[in-house]
Amino acid sequence: MPQNYVPIFIFVALIGVLIPVTLLAAKLVRPDNPNKTKLMPYECGIDPVDHARGRYTVRFYIVAILFVVFDVETIFLFPWAVKFKALGVFGLIEILIFLVILIVGYIWIWKKGALEWV
Amino acid sequence: MVPLSYYLVLSGILFACGVLGFLIKRNIITIFMSIELMLNGVNLSFVAFAAQWHALSGQVFVFFVMVVAAAESAVGLAIIIAVYRTRQTLNVDQINLLKL
Amino acid sequence: MAQYFTLSDYSMSLPIILLTLFALDILLIDLWIPIDRKWFNAVTAFVGVLVSAAAVYLRIQRPLDAAGLPAQTAFMNAMLLDHFAIYFWYLFLAGAAIAILMSVRYLEIEHEHHGEFYALILFSVVGMMCMAAGIDIVLIFIGLELMAISTYVLVGFLRTDRRSNEAALKYLLLGAFSSGIFAYGLSLFYGLTGSTNLVVIQNRLAREMAGQAHANPIAVIALLTTATGLFFKIAAVPFHQWAPDAYEGAPTSMTGFMSVAVKAAAWAMLLRILIWGLAPLRPVYVPLLVFVSIATMTGANLAALTQNNLKRLLAYSSIAHVGYMLLGLVAGDAHSPMADGIKGILIYLLVYTFMNLGAFAVITSLRQREVIGDELDDIAGLYSRAPTEAVLMLIFLLSLAGIPPLAGFYGKYFIFLSLIESKHYVLASLAVLYAVFGLYYYMKIANAMFMREALDKTRLPISLGMRTALWISAFATLVIGIYPEPFIRAVNWSLGIAQVGPVASLVR
Repeated sequence: MPQNYVPIFIFVALIGVLIPVTLLAAKLVRPDNPNKTKLMPYECGIDPVDHARGRYTVRFYIVAILFVVFDVETIFLFPWAVKFKALGVFGLIEILIFLVILIVGYIWIWKKGALEWV
Repeated sequence: MVPLSYYLVLSGILFACGVLGFLIKRNIITIFMSIELMLNGVNLSFVAFAAQWHALSGQVFVFFVMVVAAAESAVGLAIIIAVYRTRQTLNVDQINLLKL
Repeated sequence: MAQYFTLSDYSMSLPIILLTLFALDILLIDLWIPIDRKWFNAVTAFVGVLVSAAAVYLRIQRPLDAAGLPAQTAFMNAMLLDHFAIYFWYLFLAGAAIAILMSVRYLEIEHEHHGEFYALILFSVVGMMCMAAGIDIVLIFIGLELMAISTYVLVGFLRTDRRSNEAALKYLLLGAFSSGIFAYGLSLFYGLTGSTNLVVIQNRLAREMAGQAHANPIAVIALLTTATGLFFKIAAVPFHQWAPDAYEGAPTSMTGFMSVAVKAAAWAMLLRILIWGLAPLRPVYVPLLVFVSIATMTGANLAALTQNNLKRLLAYSSIAHVGYMLLGLVAGDAHSPMADGIKGILIYLLVYTFMNLGAFAVITSLRQREVIGDELDDIAGLYSRAPTEAVLMLIFLLSLAGIPPLAGFYGKYFIFLSLIESKHYVLASLAVLYAVFGLYYYMKIANAMFMREALDKTRLPISLGMRTALWISAFATLVIGIYPEPFIRAVNWSLGIAQVGPVASLVR
């Protein structure tokens, strides 16, 4: 139904008007006194040293790899958690087998030193 | 309710975008993302069919596709690091030691 | 207590469970093994393979035969343990065992002797077993990916070697791409039939096809995408580009493993899907198969002619063999897909496992501390450096070419015979022509071994494991060639054909 979209269109139009107006009003009213420190992304943090699109050290990739694997593997825990009562002991044992295999992988990574930030 | 065909068209578009990206992109990471896009198209179509047939096996397939995609990208990133370490580039045109 | 799987399910998958346990065990124990004792992992892996084979025999094959059942399903019809699956399981285990024997010395020379290599081989065998026994596309897909991901890592195992890296990258990109296409085809079949089980898919497709002159266009698209994925996996032209690169760059023992076990697994999956699941679409896919097999034979044989790298040459030869095998699938006629053609494919895969692993074992032994050893020049004069190995290599090469008293002959023989039986005379003569053509590049290697001077005249050291692998392969190649009867019976058994076919009696 096209008429169902009317409120949305009104809303969009409102946004289109209101945002420029508020921004403009704020700009006119507020005191404007910038300096270098104020314009930094983190005013009270570490000084930015490089461009944001520069290269990252390869260690971030290793963290990303580990994250992807261990994060996505937990996908299997969700259906099990939802049906925990219905699956009972059987489900518990099955998920424990799954976790044991995952833990073997974890021990392996640990001993290989992939978790160290050297 | 949104009809099934909408989902299928979207999944087809996603899949085609992935295939196209795979074929024309030259950066390995981008190619990798294209493959993920293809798998997402597959996932969408499986979920849509599962809803249509009221059969859960399609959704189970999606779970496994997601995990497989994660494992594949983990191995892929590892191989990409190894490639980068030995030849300092990620452009597929310059990775050409093995040829016909 | 809710019980979804019974004890018999676990008992049926015991070989898979045992292999997984051994692989995990290797991963853990390897962490505490000093670098000069890594051969212990190879022993563990080898024992694992043997234990798993024993489990296949004791827990699956014997109970099945005792009960007189043709097959048994497990895990809610996801797994079909029939003779077909058992046959392939033995094949994978044999391939893995020989590959492990070949690897020990090679990895020491490469300074990359890690336990993960053996663990990954075992994991990939687990994946292959799931592919061969899977009757549900979910299980087949997981098996495929488990095998494929393990293989990607194995191909790139020589981390500091640029060729190995590059091969792994290409293999991974194209492998993942083909998996995506394959999964898309499966999703369309799921949408058409509402089930992930191949038997149900077959029944519903047959019902839908009944009384219609043309197949549903969606079914055709689904078939095309699925078949593209399958052709990628078995490396058929025009989807073969990854194979020569991956084969050349991979560690040589791994190349041998990939060219037999991984390929056999892809074939098991292809046969399962095309014969079990998509049988109703046979009229649609046969022209496709004809086209692909002709393209494969032509492309691979032509490309093999100009190769000077041994691994690359054998990669193209293995693609050419895929072309012959595809013809077997063409020949299996529509009413009984279980005809001689399929039998030919199974024999081919069995024979190919031994002869190709043998050939790769010889190439693997060429790798020395300072020599990469995969060029044609490196094998030159092998007869003066290692006479026994040269003679064995000649046997493998002749077998690959399909010369009669050797095993390779029977693979081709059954396929060509089935082609003639099903009146595909043109295809049969084309295939014979290409087989003769293939002789040229195999003889090029033989010529280098026997007629040319060795560049390096020192004697070639052969390790014990390598020698065992060589002799097992050579023994199997010779025995299957001279006395094929039990093996043909094994293939008949795996396909559930009771009587001995006319060909087998003729051979006797």
